[in-house]
Amino acid sequence: MAFDSFNAFILMEGHGPYVWTCYGVFFLLVAVIAWLSVRDRRRVVLSQQQEQARATSPGVSASTRDRTGGFQRIPTTQSESTSKS
Amino acid sequence: MGQQQPLSVPVLDPVTTSPGLWQSMVAVLRRDLRLSVRQKQDLLNPLLFFVMVVALFPLGVSPESEFLREAGAGILWVGALLATLLSLDHLFRFDYEDGTLEQMALQPQPLFVLVLAKTLAHWLVTGLPLVILTPMLGMMLFLDGNSVAVLCLTLLIGTPVLSLIGSVGAALTVGLRAGGVLLSLLVIPLYIPVLIFGTGTVMAAAGGSDVSGHLALMAAILVLAVILAPLAAAVALKISLSAS
Amino acid sequence: MWQFFHKLGSPKWFYGIAGRFMPWLLGLGLVLSLAGIVWGLAFAPQDYLQGNSYRIIFIHVPTAFLAQSVYMMMAVAGVITLVWKMKLADVFVRAAAPVGAILTVLALFTGAVWGKPTWGTWWIWDARLTSMLILLFLYLGIIGLSHAYSDEKTAARAVAVLAVVGVVNIPIIKYSVEWWNTLHQPATFKLTEKPTMVPEMWVPLLLAVLGTYLLFGWVALYRMQTEVLRREHRTRWVRDVIAAGGHSHLKSGGA
Repeated sequence: MAFDSFNAFILMEGHGPYVWTCYGVFFLLVAVIAWLSVRDRRRVVLSQQQEQARATSPGVSASTRDRTGGFQRIPTTQSESTSKS
Repeated sequence: MGQQQPLSVPVLDPVTTSPGLWQSMVAVLRRDLRLSVRQKQDLLNPLLFFVMVVALFPLGVSPESEFLREAGAGILWVGALLATLLSLDHLFRFDYEDGTLEQMALQPQPLFVLVLAKTLAHWLVTGLPLVILTPMLGMMLFLDGNSVAVLCLTLLIGTPVLSLIGSVGAALTVGLRAGGVLLSLLVIPLYIPVLIFGTGTVMAAAGGSDVSGHLALMAAILVLAVILAPLAAAVALKISLSAS
Repeated sequence: MWQFFHKLGSPKWFYGIAGRFMPWLLGLGLVLSLAGIVWGLAFAPQDYLQGNSYRIIFIHVPTAFLAQSVYMMMAVAGVITLVWKMKLADVFVRAAAPVGAILTVLALFTGAVWGKPTWGTWWIWDARLTSMLILLFLYLGIIGLSHAYSDEKTAARAVAVLAVVGVVNIPIIKYSVEWWNTLHQPATFKLTEKPTMVPEMWVPLLLAVLGTYLLFGWVALYRMQTEVLRREHRTRWVRDVIAAGGHSHLKSGGA
């Protein structure tokens, strides 16, 4: 050990605040990198899991599965033109 | 008719009928110069900006001759840099928007040659006037004659480099909506060496030393930029055009 | 060897192989870097000039080295994107750029805080800190440009061009900043003096550097896997991975 006591280790002869601030910020930002990466992974996985669930949920047959990419047809007139599909 | 007559078709040989490299460069140069002259506002804006930015420093910091003399080279260089940045957007944007850029990319002449011509036109219209204004502004900042002369020389060599490096950034951002500020962010780090060498040369001259070595270094950077920047800008233009 | 490059064209193969390497990178990286840091913090001797503040070196040097290396790697990936149009190269750039930027911030912060007990000021415009600041600007430019394009393929190529242009400029920037620094440095003492290193000092430093590089490898592969999952979401193998929970290792071993 380069230090006589744990107290000396913390104080580092007056340089303690500088050293510990640096190490603190280092571990903090490394944790931020890890958190951002895990968060991105979770988002991607979650959104695709939801998409899979929607596509394969019971009661949705192949013919009624959404082929329009999420667009909903809003009836504008009483007699809808069928040429619009 | 029963007889088989060989059809005489005029042969259009692209190698002999299209303009040579030099001719196409001159054509693009003249076109850009003519367009710039017609839009006089685009000519004046960077110059006015340059003068106003330089005026901000005495106003904002101190009008004392001691400070201005020491800071003068840097102030003028930074002003020239910012004024060039401001004018870079025009380099490709108008041609991009009306389709001329696509036509240029389709020419048989290599695109980097045409880009070099456009950048030269840009410098003639923005950088060169800045250099011409510098003696007057240098006097207002209490710079002595020798310093002003060296400063003008560094700006003469440096502003084409600014235009060339800037053309790469302009080519990368020409198709983007928020291109203007992003262009500055991309290009300023690349400008820093030119700024350092330009102002360093003036300071060395003010200290009395011989600056031919510094000027040679700046000239070398100019040569490097002339060779590399149009190539990079042409690649970037093709990328931007393919996105639209 | 060329088979390796061919295989890299397949995102699925990359995902599998990354998943197998990652635990080793993480484990070895943690062991080495923590060993280096703990040794350097607690066991290495004091520096006779700087006292205990030099211990910041054990995180300053790894982050500074990495910040510069990652930019070089991004430039190489940029060349691969432009010449061989390999998608994975762009995936690497997207994954690595934010990490590189944060590493640069860390290098700047630790370098600046180290300056206070050493030179008496929080910030100093010396050659190394200024070069690191310019490197941060270059990183932010790449990140900004990659977000400005809506089309992924175009963004990949534009970012690649910017990375290559940036890397060509880096030696010029370094040289010019060092020259600029010599013009303005006070003649009293050299501000960027490194402490002379005995083995008790440079061995932990080496461990810390190696460990951080391995950890970066893990982070890069992890983020690249996420990006691959995002881009290839229509493929069967990605659907299987997602259904199984989105883990980094492929069940089948992924060939």
